Order: sequence, then C-alpha cells, then structure tokens
Amino acid sequence: MTIAVIDYGMGNLHSVAKALEHVGDERVTITRDARAIKGATRVVLPGQGAIRDCMGELERTQLKGLVNELLTDADKPLLGICVGQQMLMSHSEENGGVHCLDYLPGKVKRFDDTMTDNEGHRLKVPHMGWNRVDQHHMHPLWEGIATGERFYFVHSYFVSAENDAHVFGTTRYGHHQAHIATGRDAVFAVQFHPEKSAGVGLKLLENFVHWAP
Amino acid sequence: MSLAKRIIPCLDVDRGRVVKGINFVGIRDAGDPVEVAKRYNQQNADEITFLDITASHEGRGTTLDMVSRIASEVFIPLTVGGGIRTCEDIRALLNAGADKVSINTTAVTHPEFVREAAERFGSQCIVVAIDAKQVSTEGEPLKWEVFTHGGRKETGLDAVEWARKMVEYGAGEILLTSMDRDGTRQGFNLPMTRAISDAVSVPVIASGGVGSLDDLVAGVKEGGADAVLAASIFHFGEHTVEDAKRYMADHGIEMRL
Repeated sequence: MTIAVIDYGMGNLHSVAKALEHVGDERVTITRDARAIKGATRVVLPGQGAIRDCMGELERTQLKGLVNELLTDADKPLLGICVGQQMLMSHSEENGGVHCLDYLPGKVKRFDDTMTDNEGHRLKVPHMGWNRVDQHHMHPLWEGIATGERFYFVHSYFVSAENDAHVFGTTRYGHHQAHIATGRDAVFAVQFHPEKSAGVGLKLLENFVHWAP
Repeated sequence: MSLAKRIIPCLDVDRGRVVKGINFVGIRDAGDPVEVAKRYNQQNADEITFLDITASHEGRGTTLDMVSRIASEVFIPLTVGGGIRTCEDIRALLNAGADKVSINTTAVTHPEFVREAAERFGSQCIVVAIDAKQVSTEGEPLKWEVFTHGGRKETGLDAVEWARKMVEYGAGEILLTSMDRDGTRQGFNLPMTRAISDAVSVPVIASGGVGSLDDLVAGVKEGGADAVLAASIFHFGEHTVEDAKRYMADHGIEMRL
C-alpha cells in the first residue's frame, strides 16, 4: 500500500507528502520512477508554476504517457492538485496557449486583472488565501466536509470545465465562478492546496486515502 | 467577493527559539517554535511566518530542522525569511517544508536574484519583504524609502517604485514592514500601506507596529492590506489569533472563522 507523489520536477512536494503521511498509514513516496508509480495504490499529481513548464517537464521526464495511462486506470485513484488540476483540461490560455492532457473537456483561463471589490479597490491576482468552496455535486472526497468551507488557494489561472458532470466544486472570485474541483471516474482534482488547508484539507486527503472508486 | 483577509502571526527565531525584538533591543523569549506554531494553528491562524535572525551559519541547520518539525505537524502555509541569499538556500527551506520564502536584503543588493528565484521556484513561493520608513517631512508630499539591516541602512529606493519593480521581477506577495512603527505598538503606517497596496497587483501583507486589534482592522480597511502580520500581541497571550479574527469579522472584514 503506497501513495506515489509524482515528482516531475515542478514544485514543492514535501508538504503534500507530509500531510498524506499525517492522515494515513500508507507509505508515501515522492518519485519519478515509472515502476514505483505504476506499483502504487494511489497517485498524486501535483503542479506549481507555469503550466508550459509543467507540461514540458512531464514530457521531458517521459512521464506524460504514464500519467495518461493512470488517468484511465479505474482501479487507481488519482488526486490532482493546483496545476495538477489544470493539466487535466484540454487547453490553457497561460503562456500564450498550451495544450494540456485533455482528460476533461474545458479550458484554463486567467482571472481578470481589473476586478474590484465593493469599495472599488482592486482584487489581487494571484487569488491567494482562504476562499469558500461550494460543493457542486456529491463526491466521496467531500465526505465530512461542509459545503462553503474555506480552503487555501494560490493561483492566477482557473479551470472552466465544459461538462457540468465533471464539476464537483466551485469558488467565486470577483465575477468568476472557478471550477476548483473537477473529476471523473477514479480521478479527482482540486485547485486549492488541501495539504495547506488545515483541518478541512486534511479531511479531504484522508478521504482520498480511503477512497475506493 | 468571498476571499478572506488573513492573519499571520510572525515568529522571530534565533537558533531554534522564538524571540521578539522590541525596537530591535530587549529581546524576550517566547518559547519553542514548534509549540508556538501548534498553538497558533489551533487558534486558527491563516498562515505562519518565521523570520530567522540567527546570525551564525551553523545555526542555519537548526532552522531547517525546526521548519521540518513544524511542517510535519502544522498544515497551513509556512513562510520563512531571514538571510536568504541563494537559490540553494530557498531549495533547502522548501525541501524542509516551507511553502514560501521571504527575501529582503538580497533583493536590494541583487534584484536579479528575485527574478531568478521566481523563475526557478514559481512566484507563488517568493515573498519580497520591504522595510520602509517615511522620509518626507511635514508639509511635503508623502514619500517612503526602503531600508535594510533592521532599518539602519538607507537605500535611496522609493518604496512604492521598489514594490512595483519587485512584482515585475516575479514577487508573488509583498511583506511590507513600517520600520518607523515596528515595535512601537502605534499601528501600521497606513498611508504607506495603502499606497503600496494600490500600486501592485499582488497581495500585500502589512507588518510593523501592531499594538491593538483595532490596528489590524485599520490595516485592512484603511491600509488596503490583504493580510496582517503581528508578533508580540499574540506571543504573550494578550490576544489569541481567534479573538483577533472574530474582532475583525465583527468590524465587517471577511475572515475564515
């Protein structure tokens, strides 16, 4: 029983590994070894920074094909986090336009820089901090978490899925309704950082560790 | 608009112990950082920031060990600042479990370092700390200047211009300390906080001078800060973070309660 956190060179994976170790008994390994990833019971696809770099590193480390395989493996739960959620979509408008893994139809868009609050002050981009997550559809990963709970975000781009059935959670920022939790079959992906979202985040990770889709 | 404003307790750490300088003299010991971080986490702190004031190189290992121990028990964002000069310093802190690093003096001496760090690690984990003071006298248009070395060394840099430049270089957040207020308990320098918050697209954390819960409210409402940072009002049990959040919420500020 092992959880593999896929290390394709983008971002800080130690926080998520520490949080997974905290909530479960399964061994957590940070790895880019294809055999170790294939042999794991569940997989985390993280991602930080620019999406072009994330997609590029995924190809360079020859893990892109493997990730595509994992996405269609109904027995292996996969959790995407942050850019790991965005990469599952068809296309991102970041970096002048980047083709993504195309697992879920939809786009990754940028928050409008000119949004203001009720008093006319600009809304900052990145969207950084604790925002409410409205649960759009039921999902085993929401178990024990109330709709409207706040999770920790830091991002400038957000997912907009085409198919309502793939949207499990939304968050409002300015006039945007971001699809911050998406998924299908054994895949669940979130824009926020559950590993940094205190009790509710740990609860979601615990649900993932026990998820048997 | 449903993004909450944040409260960030700050721990000054010297060789693995939490301390807080009052006007940079008269340091009082506030305890074991892991215990303090856990206490703040229980009080619903939104993030925690550590400023490592350890002077010796050997003491740095103690800091990494401390960050690692905290990151195994506290699952909210952790920022570490103090003495960060190289990408290797950043890598070591992120590997130990820090989520963001705060760069201060090196940003002034080598601005390109901020660009390099943001490109390598992503803007989301690069905070640029700006220590600034008012330099205009009464009757003159307001002007603030960046200082380094705990407020002793002037740089000639205009604080608002500097903040803009750092964001252009890739800073994901600005930690703005009112050096003329730090340790005085008279509240943030609000006009400066507002000027910088309005000038940049990224979140601004107000710091320096908090003496009461009203100062926190003013930092957000008048200063336009996205987050407020305070140390001594929390360390010595005057207020809990929870009380402070409730107080801010009662004053119409959106908080995570």
